[in-house]
Amino acid sequence: MGNLLTIRDLRLEAGDRRDPVVILKGINLDLDRGEVLGLVGESGAGKSSAGLAAMGFARDGVRFAGGSVTFDDTELLGLSRGELRKLHGKRIAYVAQSAAASFNPSMKLIDQYSEAPRLHGVASRAEAEKDAIALYRQMQLPDPEEIGFRYPHQVSGGQLQRAMTAMAMACRPDLIIFDEPTTALDVTTQIEVLGAIRDIVDQYDTAAIYITHDLAVVSQMADRICVMKDGEEVETATTREMLDNPQQDYTRSLWAVRSFRRPAEETKASETLIRGQGVTAGYGKATVLHDLDFTIPRGRTTAVVGESGSGKSTLARVLAGLLPPEAGEILWRDAPLEPRLEKRDARTLRNIQMIYQSADTSLNPRHTIRETLSRPVTKFTGRRGRKLRARVAELMELVDLDPAFLDRKPGELSGGQKQRVGIARALAAEPEFIVCDEVTSALDQLVAEGILKLLVRLQHDLGLTFLFITHDLATVEAIAHKVIVLKNGRIVEQDDRDAIFGDPQETYTKRLLESVPQMDPDWLTAARERERELRRREAS
Amino acid sequence: MVKLLKSAPPTAIAGMIVLFAVLLTGILAPLVSPYGETQVVGGAYQPWSRAHPLGTDNLGRDMLSRMIYGARNTVGLALLTTGIAFSVGAFLGMFAALRSGWLDEVLSRMVDVLMAVPPLILALMLLAIVGPSIPNMVGVIAVIYVAPVYRLARAAAMNVVGLDFVEAARLRGEGTFRLLRREILPNIGSTLIAEFGVRFCFVFLFIAALSFLGIGIQPPTADWGSMVKENATLITFGDITPLIPAGAIALLTIAINLIVDWMLHRASGLKS
Repeated sequence: MGNLLTIRDLRLEAGDRRDPVVILKGINLDLDRGEVLGLVGESGAGKSSAGLAAMGFARDGVRFAGGSVTFDDTELLGLSRGELRKLHGKRIAYVAQSAAASFNPSMKLIDQYSEAPRLHGVASRAEAEKDAIALYRQMQLPDPEEIGFRYPHQVSGGQLQRAMTAMAMACRPDLIIFDEPTTALDVTTQIEVLGAIRDIVDQYDTAAIYITHDLAVVSQMADRICVMKDGEEVETATTREMLDNPQQDYTRSLWAVRSFRRPAEETKASETLIRGQGVTAGYGKATVLHDLDFTIPRGRTTAVVGESGSGKSTLARVLAGLLPPEAGEILWRDAPLEPRLEKRDARTLRNIQMIYQSADTSLNPRHTIRETLSRPVTKFTGRRGRKLRARVAELMELVDLDPAFLDRKPGELSGGQKQRVGIARALAAEPEFIVCDEVTSALDQLVAEGILKLLVRLQHDLGLTFLFITHDLATVEAIAHKVIVLKNGRIVEQDDRDAIFGDPQETYTKRLLESVPQMDPDWLTAARERERELRRREAS
Repeated sequence: MVKLLKSAPPTAIAGMIVLFAVLLTGILAPLVSPYGETQVVGGAYQPWSRAHPLGTDNLGRDMLSRMIYGARNTVGLALLTTGIAFSVGAFLGMFAALRSGWLDEVLSRMVDVLMAVPPLILALMLLAIVGPSIPNMVGVIAVIYVAPVYRLARAAAMNVVGLDFVEAARLRGEGTFRLLRREILPNIGSTLIAEFGVRFCFVFLFIAALSFLGIGIQPPTADWGSMVKENATLITFGDITPLIPAGAIALLTIAINLIVDWMLHRASGLKS
């Protein structure tokens, strides 16, 4: 048997023994030496648990309820902690989602790198150091000689993720588990990390399990893909087969998400609702937004895109009145908009609403949904008693939620449902303009698609104007009319969606667009080639 | 409510029974005590007997009756004092967290000054200035305990004010008081209640300590702290009577801690 890893009928449970929560309902996986298997699924599908189980490890409170995990002819289930420890780090390594949270902040990178080789007696400290520098160079980290002697906080997120991959390679393991290693990164950084991971895995012929919810990413990395749902395997096939010809309905629905586009409608020019002139804003001495001139057309969706730190959310805060600009002016229908929230009149407050990224923190956990929705209705429209109850029920229907949820608290709702309540709360004020701050980034793709469809429908029915802040360009392409590209607090480009996506003028916009992973296994290779080309042209 | 009590562990139930018994005794003191609070019923330091189950004190007052009235005075005053400290401290703490900026700085530095002086010495000093009386004592202890409550409420509220739902309420144009009462207070309530239990113990011991030193509750009012002091000499004769008020202080403290432990446990469970 050439199989490196064989998982048979693996079952995982948590909670009470008599009434357990089943996490994995008997999954089967096979992995050859040097093969990369992608595990795909929505949150709660059991991907991470399956990944950890491949190491013979279960999280606290989770236990193996049956099945077997055979790694190189050794049965891992039932091994003592000591025996597992000999394998972990040496022959099986793990790369976590957030490198920033997984490194020990008080130790230099290279000290953490050399721990495993020394512990397993693979290399001495000096050898490990030399090896680390060689790997850092292969991972294309800047300053490979020197970067290891920095502390984690002195290194950027994308570099940390590469350093962690290098660390996982330290003992040249046979198997590495990657748990969403690029989910927290910007697209332009993600492409570098993906490329580096793929090169190094290829070079050392390491087998890997690559866990992600992003189908485009997994299609770059994996030889085979396994789709999971609710702790069960839905479908497994080679990457190309899976992309070209998915067998199961569920897989097809996952694949279809990315093809969502707002229905074609007349694109006649619309009047301007909001105009920013020379808007400059910041926190204390740090200026975040530099002299922005922009327009937001009425009844349309304007998307603001950019990497983290580009000032997208700051712009939202300025419009909402939470952060008065230091200079410049914002006009609302050609009349100046009061910069300070405290001084805005009720009509202005009512007209500008926000929907937040995290549904968990945007709803007060101690209020029922009814309380959450009733307050803005009463405050802005003065409805009370029966009229109030009718309006609240109507709002629930507007966002496709069962009015029976009204007496629940946010903790009893799912992420997508909570986000719908957040939308209903914004609608309660009957506003003209809604700022949507990364409203779909925390959601699974199927759920996110539902939210996007809802927003598009609401815009059509109610004539709302949206400012859609996001780093996800696929979403932008799906729903935006107009796009503003921000970088380091300056506007790089603003134009209609078709102009931006069809014929970007600026190098940065091109780079941003090309960094968005496509559902094509050859995309990464091609994109890196184009990136090198761009760099070469910039250099000359 | 019933469901909640059923889920309580036996330790918390034991604590609640003790607390309830003490409160009931305190409230019903005139009905259940055999003699009056300050009534002299016999000679000094009489041993335990049928007429005086716990004997008499240094002035010939019935110990049992004074224990019962002591529950009313000590526990009642401790509740009042803690209540004042909490209302003021929690309000200021949440207010500082919400407003931040210079107001937060000023309030926090004032509280730092208050906390820099050891509480007992501060109390002695302040009581020496304003003179020992019950309202003064309540006021002084409340001021001292505003400081830790302020710090806790501010820290807990800090975690909440940054959350989006508070921002959403601000964008709605809600006033400061509504933000504090509706958005922030419910989310830090469990922390504050748990702290209330702990602080109540401290205040209660503090009153007992001040009374023992003679500047707390003034004679002839019965309270457990001064009863220990007044009868302390009996210990030298091998009589355990002065240990009974001391034991009552200990028992109530332990009971409250048991309840608080349970509440803290529940509060931390809810957060995760």
